[in-house]
Amino acid sequence: MTATDIHRTIEAVWRIEAARLIAGLARMLRDVGQAEELAQDALVAALERWPESGVPDNPGAWLMTAAKHRAIDQLRRKKLIERKHESLQHEPEFEPPDGRAELEAMLDDDIGDDLLRLIFTACHPVLPAHARAALTLRMLGGLTTDEIARAFLVPEPTIAQRIVRAKRTLADKQIPFEVPRGEERNERLASVLEVLYLIFNEGYAATSGDNWIRPELCNEAMRMGRTLASLAPREPEVLGLLALMEIQASRLRARTTAEGEPILLADQDRSRWDPLLIRRGLSALERIDKLGGALGPYALQAAIAACHARARSADATDWPRIAALYALLARVRPSPVVELNRAVAVAMASGPEAGLALVDALADEPLLRQYHLLPSVRGDLLSKLARHAEARDEFERAASLARNGREKSLLQQRAAACAVAAQTRN
Amino acid sequence: MRFMMLMLPADYSHAAPDIRPSLESIERMMQYNFALQRAGVLLALDGLHPPSSGGARVSSVDGKTTVTDGPFAEAKEAIGGYWVLDVASREEALAWAARCPLTPGETIELRQMFEMTDFSPDVQQAVMKLHAQHESAT
Repeated sequence: MTATDIHRTIEAVWRIEAARLIAGLARMLRDVGQAEELAQDALVAALERWPESGVPDNPGAWLMTAAKHRAIDQLRRKKLIERKHESLQHEPEFEPPDGRAELEAMLDDDIGDDLLRLIFTACHPVLPAHARAALTLRMLGGLTTDEIARAFLVPEPTIAQRIVRAKRTLADKQIPFEVPRGEERNERLASVLEVLYLIFNEGYAATSGDNWIRPELCNEAMRMGRTLASLAPREPEVLGLLALMEIQASRLRARTTAEGEPILLADQDRSRWDPLLIRRGLSALERIDKLGGALGPYALQAAIAACHARARSADATDWPRIAALYALLARVRPSPVVELNRAVAVAMASGPEAGLALVDALADEPLLRQYHLLPSVRGDLLSKLARHAEARDEFERAASLARNGREKSLLQQRAAACAVAAQTRN
Repeated sequence: MRFMMLMLPADYSHAAPDIRPSLESIERMMQYNFALQRAGVLLALDGLHPPSSGGARVSSVDGKTTVTDGPFAEAKEAIGGYWVLDVASREEALAWAARCPLTPGETIELRQMFEMTDFSPDVQQAVMKLHAQHESAT
């Protein structure tokens, strides 16, 4: 093996083991930040050792052992310090056992629960959303800060700082390493799902930069979604989010031209949609139905995405069903964006005029004031009604609000086309 | 990127039609499958009956289609099952294959799955056109 091969192998092992390693250590140390650092130390040791000694037969176990030894040393040190201050200290809450075997056993059982604890901790609502996303990619996805920085198009020190701050916040606020129960569990689960979907969406419709999609972020989000679904297989909303991501991702290859220009849903070559991901999404929806979760917000969005996936051509889309699903979604998760999407579906089901009435009702919505899709949708409906001059104004406005370079130029093209149509009319 | 891991069990090409893995080996394999699931890399998996259990080979010889029922005298190995993995690198797929609880004589063959981008732009164009024709015909 060449040095590069070994390096790649270590990276692969790290990707597989990072979350397990950090989760196991965090339970032992009760501190995810420390756990992450010890796991990193073990990785550094591997990077030093393996190029000379060769990759061990069981690289995962090697990393685990190296990390455990460091953790045990650290706990012993902590215990020693605690003993010195015994007169000043209360009984320590966690008494680390002395026997190495006992500690090792502790690390190995219930890895699934540990992973779940790790996900809930990394996505704790005490952290700002972008910090949750970075920490989750780092600890669950096993990504380096550099990889995360490149994915989010921000400088590496920014991500590094976000992660350091996030770990400090978790320690300062003494966030327990646990899976919350009862009502809190539902709230916290919502926070976890939000983080995964944020990561997915940043990849699916990049809000900034020159690339319209960044598939690697979508893949990371789906991967973590699958992990979560395997740990919480009876949570319909977890399955709903995974189904939503997989069905949307089935279109990734069809969403851009070879030059990276976006292709809208109606114009996509559906033969390029990924049948395996669609099949997975549809079977998850069946399971959600059986679990009685079809009315959850993610399940509803997945059901809407499934309507497109089932249609063999754009003309065959069941728009009345999509409009009905949006109406349900507007009831469980009312928002102006949902309302805007409902307007599009209604326009497709019942004609542009019906859609335009719903869009016009959103005109003064403060949350949509800077949202380029409002004028973009309005422009589209106006152009269908042959009100080209008005449509041009809307597309120009949409282009001025769009932050993604590719999307901006697409909107400018539509504005120009409307301008031409308006002139030929006069 | 997607990889298929093909399981080639020992002597599967001439195994009896009613052969079944032992409960113990099923349990061991399930633990492995759970690990793949937990890591979020597993997209699909299936196990296959041996060739002697209804298997057949359909081939073209001198322009004629011939059907041979299994087991196949000349075959040295037969596929016993497969996994479809979604991973970030070939090394990651290899690392997963190395973790599979194999018993002596069992082999895993790792193969990358084609994507459209693996073909030349001309071929991609032609394929898209055929799909479009098929779509408008149905």
